[in-house]
Amino acid sequence: MYGWEALYFNAKDGYAEALVRGLRRGLLTASEYTQLCQCETLEDMRLQLQNTSYGAALANEPAHSLTASALFDRCTRTLVEEMQHLRCQASQPLADFLDLITRGYMIDNVVLLVTGTLRERDVQELLEKCHPLGLFDSIGTLAVAQNMRELYKFVLVDTPLAPYFSECLSCEDLDEMNIEIMRNTLYKAYLDDFASFSEKLGGATSEFMSEILSFEADRRTITITINSLGTELTRDDRRKLYSNFGTLYPQGQLALATCEDTDQVRNVLESHSAFSAVTSRMSYSEGTGALLDKVFFEEEVKRAVGAFEMQFHYGVFYAYLKLKEQEIRNLLWISECVAQDAKDRIYDGIVYIF
Amino acid sequence: MVMDLFRSEEMMLCQLILPADSAHETITKLGEVGMFQFKDLNADKTAFARTYASQVKRCDEMLRKLRFFAEQIAKADIMVSPKAGVQRPYELDELEGKLHELETELLEANSNQNKLSRSHSELVELQLVLEKAGGFFEDAMRDVSSIQDELHARAHLPDGSSSPGPSIQTPLLNSATDGAAIELQETGGMASNSARLGFVTGLVLTEKAQAFERVLFRATRGNMFLKMAHIDGLVKDPVLGTKLEKTVFVVFFAGERARTKILKLCEAVGANRYPFPEDRARQSQMNAEVNGRLRELHVTLDAGERQREHVLSEMAVSLADWSVQVGREKAVYHTLNKLSVDVTRACLVAEGWCPVVAKGRVTDAIDRASFQSSAQVSTVFKELPTKEAPPTYFQTNKVTEVFQDIVDAYGVARYREVNPAVFTIVTFPFLFAVMFGDFGHGLLMLLFSSFLVIYEKKLSNVNNEIFNMIYAGRYCILLMSIFSMYTGLLYNEFFSMPMSLFGSSHYVCPSDPSLPFSRCEAGAKDGLIMNPELDTPYMIGVDPVWHGTKTELQFTNSMKMKMSVIMGVVQMTAGIFLSAVNHRHFKDNLSMICEFIPQVLFLMAMFGYLSLLIIAKWCMGTREHPITADLYHVMIYMFLSPGNVDCMDSITGKAGCSENLMYSGQGGVQLFLVFVMLVCIPWMLLPKPLILKKRHEENMRAGFNLLVEDDDDSSNGGNGAHAEFEFSDILVHQIIHTIEFVLGAVSNTASYLRLWALSLAHAELSAVFWERILMLGISLKNPAVIVACFFMWAMATFGVLMAMESLSAFLHALRLHWVEFQNKFYCGDGYKFVAFSFAEVLSEMHL
Repeated sequence: MYGWEALYFNAKDGYAEALVRGLRRGLLTASEYTQLCQCETLEDMRLQLQNTSYGAALANEPAHSLTASALFDRCTRTLVEEMQHLRCQASQPLADFLDLITRGYMIDNVVLLVTGTLRERDVQELLEKCHPLGLFDSIGTLAVAQNMRELYKFVLVDTPLAPYFSECLSCEDLDEMNIEIMRNTLYKAYLDDFASFSEKLGGATSEFMSEILSFEADRRTITITINSLGTELTRDDRRKLYSNFGTLYPQGQLALATCEDTDQVRNVLESHSAFSAVTSRMSYSEGTGALLDKVFFEEEVKRAVGAFEMQFHYGVFYAYLKLKEQEIRNLLWISECVAQDAKDRIYDGIVYIF
Repeated sequence: MVMDLFRSEEMMLCQLILPADSAHETITKLGEVGMFQFKDLNADKTAFARTYASQVKRCDEMLRKLRFFAEQIAKADIMVSPKAGVQRPYELDELEGKLHELETELLEANSNQNKLSRSHSELVELQLVLEKAGGFFEDAMRDVSSIQDELHARAHLPDGSSSPGPSIQTPLLNSATDGAAIELQETGGMASNSARLGFVTGLVLTEKAQAFERVLFRATRGNMFLKMAHIDGLVKDPVLGTKLEKTVFVVFFAGERARTKILKLCEAVGANRYPFPEDRARQSQMNAEVNGRLRELHVTLDAGERQREHVLSEMAVSLADWSVQVGREKAVYHTLNKLSVDVTRACLVAEGWCPVVAKGRVTDAIDRASFQSSAQVSTVFKELPTKEAPPTYFQTNKVTEVFQDIVDAYGVARYREVNPAVFTIVTFPFLFAVMFGDFGHGLLMLLFSSFLVIYEKKLSNVNNEIFNMIYAGRYCILLMSIFSMYTGLLYNEFFSMPMSLFGSSHYVCPSDPSLPFSRCEAGAKDGLIMNPELDTPYMIGVDPVWHGTKTELQFTNSMKMKMSVIMGVVQMTAGIFLSAVNHRHFKDNLSMICEFIPQVLFLMAMFGYLSLLIIAKWCMGTREHPITADLYHVMIYMFLSPGNVDCMDSITGKAGCSENLMYSGQGGVQLFLVFVMLVCIPWMLLPKPLILKKRHEENMRAGFNLLVEDDDDSSNGGNGAHAEFEFSDILVHQIIHTIEFVLGAVSNTASYLRLWALSLAHAELSAVFWERILMLGISLKNPAVIVACFFMWAMATFGVLMAMESLSAFLHALRLHWVEFQNKFYCGDGYKFVAFSFAEVLSEMHL
């Protein structure tokens, strides 16, 4: 199972792995969440977070400007700083691996900017909303592009995202539907690339990463299906957006492509034991979006925590990013609940990590 | 004084009942005394659910403001005056209001200043654009006039292009595409009515200029012309307010769509656009306008800046005082949060540890506090009986501190157990010096450490992690250097060369005392004899005559090896005796009899005996009757054939190893010693757990009888009798302990041989550097080479010997203390006394 990486892994990546394991120790535990949930104000939350990894980032925020979104920004900044520190400590191929992790955020940022400019928002304002992990030079110039070809030719040809664009170089105009299709096509190419990269790394890395990436692929497949129900997307187009791997590939995907309402989706998923948790939640109501997200987040956290059970692989970096991201989402949820005085719902949105 | 350090201070658990109105004052006074460790009585409460959470939050907010001020002051390059303490301290509420006021004032001043400086830098940028872009256009004008002259001469000029607008723009294109000048001129002239060229001017960051150009090219499909000029020096960015490298650009384009694209791109790369009039006259007019406004702005900016500086420098005077005050307040409220609050909120209850010696100071502080706050009820101070282990507290000074730290790094002493730091003060530098023995190197180290010690006040402000580590150990280094000089004297080495402080030698050539050793052939054969006139060995240390002889290494090796073993045995024995001191102090007779006595016997029977033999061999040997016994063999055969020292074959009656025999009766003595050792092992192993088990059973039986009586009475019955008793645990623990000791006796003694090994390595390395670098250089008799070789030698001495070797000797000395010495008696499972003290709190805040 371990191959030979035990022999040489620590010489190259031992320090970075030690760092990330140390950082994992700083993740909030269930009891800390319970304490956070008892907070009355955001000030209380800051006091409670004082001794965590967020303490330093929050200390210099003036009390009057402490809002849920400011808290979220500060927390995200700690995550970004941690990831950048790890990136600085990494040698090849770990550095490539860490770069690949951030590509997903790049895709999201590109989509955000393009939709933003469609709605004629200010570029600077949009740039502030971008995830800092997915920023690249000349990202601002995306605003000029009128269609996909221009998008590619002006800007993205210089970025690492360029290869992913080969699938969506049609000259179609940028409308919301096309952007969404572009996002999913890009993501599909990205996941393929990431999977083949970790395959190349071999050993425990590829073992863990193939598992968690196929989960990611399945998740995207299901979300695409549900989101495209009732839109003008044809079955074939929908199929094209599905990833080329994952537990649902290919039979489940074929079946999902033909679905026309949530009941059908549920029927398809029921035949896959891995998604029993998902299907049981789906039966509740039509507004499954948020609920479905939480189920997936919980599943993802469970898998990511598992990454730390093995040693000598890069999966821990991916897993740490996912866990910390989830933690920050939790903090955002808690702070929103605290700020809006909606404490009865506070426990609904938290995905416990430990 | 020394006895203070021998055992930790006696502690008592105290309870304070504080009336609510004097609680704050009392805690403040206790913080000043710094001799009371508060226990957290609200450990189950979250940080914000505690009584004084809101005050802590207020203090945090004030600290944030103070940090903001400090940052602003540092940016403005104003010196923060040190703690003056002269000002009347504000009340906390008053200070909060004052800080708030100052913050708004400062923020307002900042935003005004920002606005002004923003327009200022915008104007500066505009000026730059006017200057640089004006340059482009001027060049173009010159070109156009020359081309026009040429064209006029040819008389080919179409009428339309004589208007000044296009004729300024088109030659610019021409200057870029030299070859096709005339054709373009013509086409440009004809198209001038339909597609007038427009342009955009502005500044872009130099680092982004390339990307900007590339994107522009792509976005307009090459239908544009870009001219850029780098600005020498840095330009202040209006938005960011920092100075950056910038480049002026002019983009020419055709058509409205290109224009929108370019404007968007400018926005995206963060380029600042500025208007630029085509007309020369308007250009110069604008230039004058800009200059005028810049002058005005300068005046306003300066005034604003002066005012802001005034505010800041006023702040700087009292900033340190305020920070100290707020830091103290925050610490007080943190401590108050540890107190449990009475239901009626009339009083607070504190529990904590206090050294018995400081009781007077603590009660005094409490009394003063209740007097000053004129509370109706005075604070109640009472001692609580407890079974909990108290914290460990040593009163150290600046010399003993470092040695206490060396011990604490291994483990904090259990309450009232013997503190190895007392012995470490001498043994640590000594063992270091045994490994680092060289007079010259010791001297260098002495110079360095005395520098640290003499200038310690000045150097205490240096903020460098590595230097601070060395600085903290300055007294240890000082002692280490002095001991190194002493051992260097004993080894008689000065940068590896022997010193002849007491004459060149006390030995002479046997055939002719006046002959130098180099020509003494008899000496090489039979050895030298002691000088009959002096008839004593060399006064101190090794006779210089050994240096450079063939047998030098054999001699020093044998000496250093034996010396290491003896020193090891002495230190380990001292450790075991310290365990006896512990047993006596804790009245643990069982361990005294079942651990201390067999341990001493065991170690003495094996290595004590060896040390004795070594010393005997040193003392008894003479030239006429040398002792030839090989002590390795004596020890080995002591166990291989006990009682039969010379391996006498019982059948042939021939001695197989007669070199083992050292004195008569050796066989019997050794047989007895081996017997003692064999007895000691089960003695250490079995009786203690068995007796403990029996005691426990008796206690249990007694416990049944006592059940009727009160619980409190049974608590004075025995030590730890009520703790859970698990026989197997104790037995396993004892087995481990015994094995550790028995194996450790051998391995620890062997471990002390590192003294010899490192000393040898040090001597050899310094000899190599001396001979192979310095002496080699000198032998070449070329001054340049000598200087170069001296430099190399000095570098090697500093880098390898003074830095690396000393570090390795330090680590080995550390190990000998932590493992070989301390495992004989030191539990090290206590916890430190951390008093609530303002001095500590403020030093953590770097105030």
